[in-house]
Amino acid sequence: MIEHKMELNDELIAILEGKEGETKKKILETLVLFGDIFGAKRMVKVTHKEGHLVTSFGIPLLKPLFKTMDEINKEGIKAEGGFTCDPRPIDYQNVKCNLLEKIVFNKILYGKQEEYEKQLSKAGLTDKDSFSCASYLRECGNRPEKGDILSWAESSAVVFANSVLGARCNRNSGMLDLFGSIIGYVPEFGLLTDEGRKATWIVEVKTSKLPEAQILGSAIGMKVMEEVPYVYGLDKFLGTEIDDKVEAYLKDFGAASASNGAVGLFHIDGLTPEAKDEKEKLIKEGAKRYVIDDEEIERVYKSYPIMWKDKEASPKLCFIGCPHLNYYQLNKWHEDIKKALKENGKSKVSCKCVLNTPPKVLARFKKEEKAKYDELYKMGVTISSICPLMYTNNPITHSKPIMTNSNKLRTYSLARYFKDEEILAILAGKKVY
Amino acid sequence: MREFKGRVIAKGTFKGEAAVTHQGFNTLASFQKSALMNKKEVYVSDQNNKDLFNKNITGKILCLPMTIGSTTGGLVIQTVCDMKINPRAFLFSEEIDSLAASGIVLAKVWQNSDIICIDKLGKEFLDTVKTGDTLEILEDGTVRIL
Repeated sequence: MIEHKMELNDELIAILEGKEGETKKKILETLVLFGDIFGAKRMVKVTHKEGHLVTSFGIPLLKPLFKTMDEINKEGIKAEGGFTCDPRPIDYQNVKCNLLEKIVFNKILYGKQEEYEKQLSKAGLTDKDSFSCASYLRECGNRPEKGDILSWAESSAVVFANSVLGARCNRNSGMLDLFGSIIGYVPEFGLLTDEGRKATWIVEVKTSKLPEAQILGSAIGMKVMEEVPYVYGLDKFLGTEIDDKVEAYLKDFGAASASNGAVGLFHIDGLTPEAKDEKEKLIKEGAKRYVIDDEEIERVYKSYPIMWKDKEASPKLCFIGCPHLNYYQLNKWHEDIKKALKENGKSKVSCKCVLNTPPKVLARFKKEEKAKYDELYKMGVTISSICPLMYTNNPITHSKPIMTNSNKLRTYSLARYFKDEEILAILAGKKVY
Repeated sequence: MREFKGRVIAKGTFKGEAAVTHQGFNTLASFQKSALMNKKEVYVSDQNNKDLFNKNITGKILCLPMTIGSTTGGLVIQTVCDMKINPRAFLFSEEIDSLAASGIVLAKVWQNSDIICIDKLGKEFLDTVKTGDTLEILEDGTVRIL
């Protein structure tokens, strides 16, 4: 048995002694060694049993992933509470690809997709529609409660669960998300502890209007990195209750803070659950301060490098919904695109535009808003449940000028970031740069 | 010569060239392009990283404050170790972050990798070390800038 510093109960010691097989032993060894690095005193039970995995893509080069999954499958090991998974990488019906792009996707990039999904199913994937980075949305069902302990990965999901739902989850890596779900325990440290959830940054938002969520999140992420910010000044724009509109804002804000920095938890004064309960008690003594005004938002926005080969090019493709849109946002984008086109005397958007949303939100939208769904397609807008980042991994797409309102997608691809109002203007045929 | 002492996460001895980033190292954004293209060496593809963008870090000693970005980070470190295109060592000025720690542990337990990792070397270490410096790493967590 490996040397370990934390206390383990008999159930876990038996696993470490190999009584439940070699693979389970290695899985627990990984979790224990990981926890020991951070001084975890013990392993704690995962109370929200349904996991969430960040790895949804069958990229052949991820050999360690497939090999480990194979070992897990061969020993019949399952995550008993099931798990959801990040979005699938391909949807040829709604995100059209040319022949060359398809060859690269099918043969090189995601050649093991089918095989990997079979591995996921055997290991406990909840169902075939469980592929979304926003599986915590109500329609998707994997929604923890305040105080729940999770074994999740996907930076945007972790920061949402911690901050907006008040659940407790560390920024786990891919693989460790599944490992914790299989064992049913995770090491207790960091964001799982009261002390680790205290803010070490005070952020004062002093803008004249509600800042774009993705730019505000990016600014805070780049400033505080992995630390916890307590944000003042947003409640005057967002109110004090979290409805679907506010939830959408916090989802996009958190995703940007997690991808442009490494934020795993934020508190919004007067709004998020722990900030409402504990207020300033959540702020550590000596917390650093960051003031954000209109000028700072503009400075951050202008600092984003433009990676298009031809910086003057007109966009050929637009991705909206990274992370996936919630039901409110899907309706809002329908309304806004329709209005922008009408105001500019257009009937179709200027370039292919894809709205990304979870399969279960899309199913609801198709059922409850069939007319809007049809209208979007008539306007040249498609709705998909893919991960746009996975699409932009294809080197053949690198010469294509892609625009997005996602700071996460901007960070991991050559896509150019635009504000929502700019996206709408461009879709309506206007030149804004 | 300057000497610094940190905490050993994965021990080993090595003498080699430093590649230094003063900002958070975005693991996925940095390794993504080279790993996806199955390259033999990693040229950092993170457009936001002014210190290391387009620089070769394979076999080098990566000196950094922390890693940032996607939670695929640990798996990405494990994968580049499996592909043997990883930096030979990770030297953190601060306490290692959870994603990097996952990657190092995964690489050790599942790949039996000989990657070296030391954290808590201090801010002064990162202020002193420069890309291209020759470093010597000892088993006890000592790092010498030669």
